[in-house]
Amino acid sequence: MAKKSAAIQKRIRILVAKPGLDGHDRGVLVLARAFRDAGMEVIYSGLLPSPEQVAQMAIDEDVDVVALSLLNGAHMTAFPKVKRLLGRTGGKDIVVVGGGIIPEEDKPKLLRMGITGLYGPGSSFEEIIEHVRGRVRKERWKE
Amino acid sequence: MVEGIVYFQARPASDMLLRGSRDSYWKKAARVAVERRAKAGTLYDRKAVESVRRGLKQWEETIYREWSEKAQGTRADFQTASGIPLKPVYSPLDVADADYPDQGFPGVYPYLRGVYPNMYRGRHWTMRMFSGFGTPEDTNRRLKLLLKHGETGLSVAFDMPTLYGYDCDHQKAHGEVGRCGVNVSSLKDMEVIFDGIPLGKVSTSMTINAPATVLTCMYAGVARKQGVPMSKLRGTVQADMLKEYIAQKEWVYPPEAHLRLVRDLMVFCTKEMPLWNYISISGYHIREAGSSAVQELAFTLADGFGYVELGLEAGLKVEQFAPRLSFFFNSTMDFFEEIAKFRAARRIWARVLSEKYGVKDKRSLLMRFHTQTSGASLTWQQPINNVVRTAIEALAAVLGGTQSLHTNSFDEAWALPTEQAAEVALRTQQIIAEETGVPSVIDPLGGSYYVEWLTEQMEEEAYKYFDRIESAGGLLKAIKTGFLQREIAENSYRLSKRVEEGKDSVVGVNKYSKQEKEPIDFLKIDFKAQKSQVRRLAAVRRTRDEPKVKAALAKLQKAFEDEEANSIYPMLDAVTHYATLGEIVDAGRTVWGTFKEPMLL
Repeated sequence: MAKKSAAIQKRIRILVAKPGLDGHDRGVLVLARAFRDAGMEVIYSGLLPSPEQVAQMAIDEDVDVVALSLLNGAHMTAFPKVKRLLGRTGGKDIVVVGGGIIPEEDKPKLLRMGITGLYGPGSSFEEIIEHVRGRVRKERWKE
Repeated sequence: MVEGIVYFQARPASDMLLRGSRDSYWKKAARVAVERRAKAGTLYDRKAVESVRRGLKQWEETIYREWSEKAQGTRADFQTASGIPLKPVYSPLDVADADYPDQGFPGVYPYLRGVYPNMYRGRHWTMRMFSGFGTPEDTNRRLKLLLKHGETGLSVAFDMPTLYGYDCDHQKAHGEVGRCGVNVSSLKDMEVIFDGIPLGKVSTSMTINAPATVLTCMYAGVARKQGVPMSKLRGTVQADMLKEYIAQKEWVYPPEAHLRLVRDLMVFCTKEMPLWNYISISGYHIREAGSSAVQELAFTLADGFGYVELGLEAGLKVEQFAPRLSFFFNSTMDFFEEIAKFRAARRIWARVLSEKYGVKDKRSLLMRFHTQTSGASLTWQQPINNVVRTAIEALAAVLGGTQSLHTNSFDEAWALPTEQAAEVALRTQQIIAEETGVPSVIDPLGGSYYVEWLTEQMEEEAYKYFDRIESAGGLLKAIKTGFLQREIAENSYRLSKRVEEGKDSVVGVNKYSKQEKEPIDFLKIDFKAQKSQVRRLAAVRRTRDEPKVKAALAKLQKAFEDEEANSIYPMLDAVTHYATLGEIVDAGRTVWGTFKEPMLL
């Protein structure tokens, strides 16, 4: 009984952000709605936060996941920066996933840093949501 | 926003831009649009219509139904991409309520059939390919190459730091210099971009918004060095700030401050650069942000009326500035809906300018527009398919009567185009122009029962939106409360879900897909651009006349603080002394602050 209510209470808190000079927010706004409809608590960073602000927001909001998206080619500087800042400010165990326009050759480096997912345009919501759930269950909830 | 500073004073004349009123023009116009369609027109005589009605009834009830029942899988739920339900076939009944004067002839009010009497019989549309990447030197080479290939107008894209008004050595610019376009941090960069290109002979479109005033000044600065007077300069800056808040989200200041700068530019150009198109009212980004064709049509035209009111409030006459307003639309995959959208846009613009704003001058009634094929319709999966998509979208734009056209390259779902891909895109337009015979007849789809019906349908929906925007308190309020942005986000989510659920198909993505990995070469931009830009900027800062720069910037800031001043003159002065883009934009940040958008979830 106790276990069941815990399961009901457990909702994934996710911060959706575009850390950089990139106003193309169609994808993040759609994803935010998809996460919301999948039962997650969604926090949207708003436009143009710096990596520092994204990391701070993640800590302040006590999220399970930070979902980053960039379409402007700056992912190799912005994504690792958020990850590093999280590590430094006590958010080492926050799951970081990414997406956008990410060339294949950039992926291994991001994956090694623990930034996973890396979905491009046209990926299905289902796939993305499952990936997020999977990592949270394993790493945050230790299921 | 800083307390005590007047950004922008609205006079009671405006209603689209600023306030809602009961029983306004828009409310009536929306009602008339519906009523007009219910009234019997003069296109067909009554007897003929009756006979068609009987024939159609018989066809629907026997021939079509029986056939569909036999042939399994005939769907019933067809709709346009905007969600307008479609009948299986259209007939004179669908246009029987029209009067021919509503359709008319090319070059004749209400310009449904085209803005010029001869359209492409005179000359083809301008093939204007957007380019710009890496360093100013790279872009200069690309522009020269395109001119050599027979392109007739230049078009320059800028990188994110430039678009947001940061110099290349600003912390926020790190990693972004030269990635999505060329970087411009000072007049020096513009001198390199247009080196060897005679500005008195070409027309240049610059896709720039928040810092459009600065880039216009820089272009004039380069021209001055080439000995070309400002009055001869032809080109376009986008400078459509309303759509920035609605869709593209590249602003620096609060909306009122940006509108004031647009106003200054309108007044300045009317006097000094009469051939410069200082606002390109853009539906493109509204569409790319996920809106429907109906929303693109309605929001873009609403913005257009907003700028008309802005010009009026600045004391200009519509006839002075309307010929310099041009439009920029998207063309995407729902072929007939796109064509209907272009046709409807022309008719609404002419009608509203004439009816509401009392415009008499014919040139001011013409909606001239540029079209770009849809970037969002491109897929990175099976990228060569994008050549086909782009060709279809380009054809829709031509059938819709566009004045100029950019065709996307097939590799653009992934990165900036390679040279080969950009060439195929240009060739696509040339094939339509030279081989298909499409340009021989003006508005060849005019009179198609379906296209005329859909045109009217789009028009009706647009008028309903105008009414809603005004009821929401006008455009500024609709933007500040996030009403328009949420409308778009909801539509975009609806479209994504339709694809996810298989209700809409995208070939190579949710249908006929195959396993593949990043299959094409793409243009890579390294940090070289950033390094060389930072180096050049440092040299500019070192060699310029510092006291003159400081004085010019101080004067500019004073002009920003004075609502009645025109800030373009001191800006031109600052640019010429090599004040940087960032310094000029910062002067405004000091006065006006920044803007945080409303919550959109």
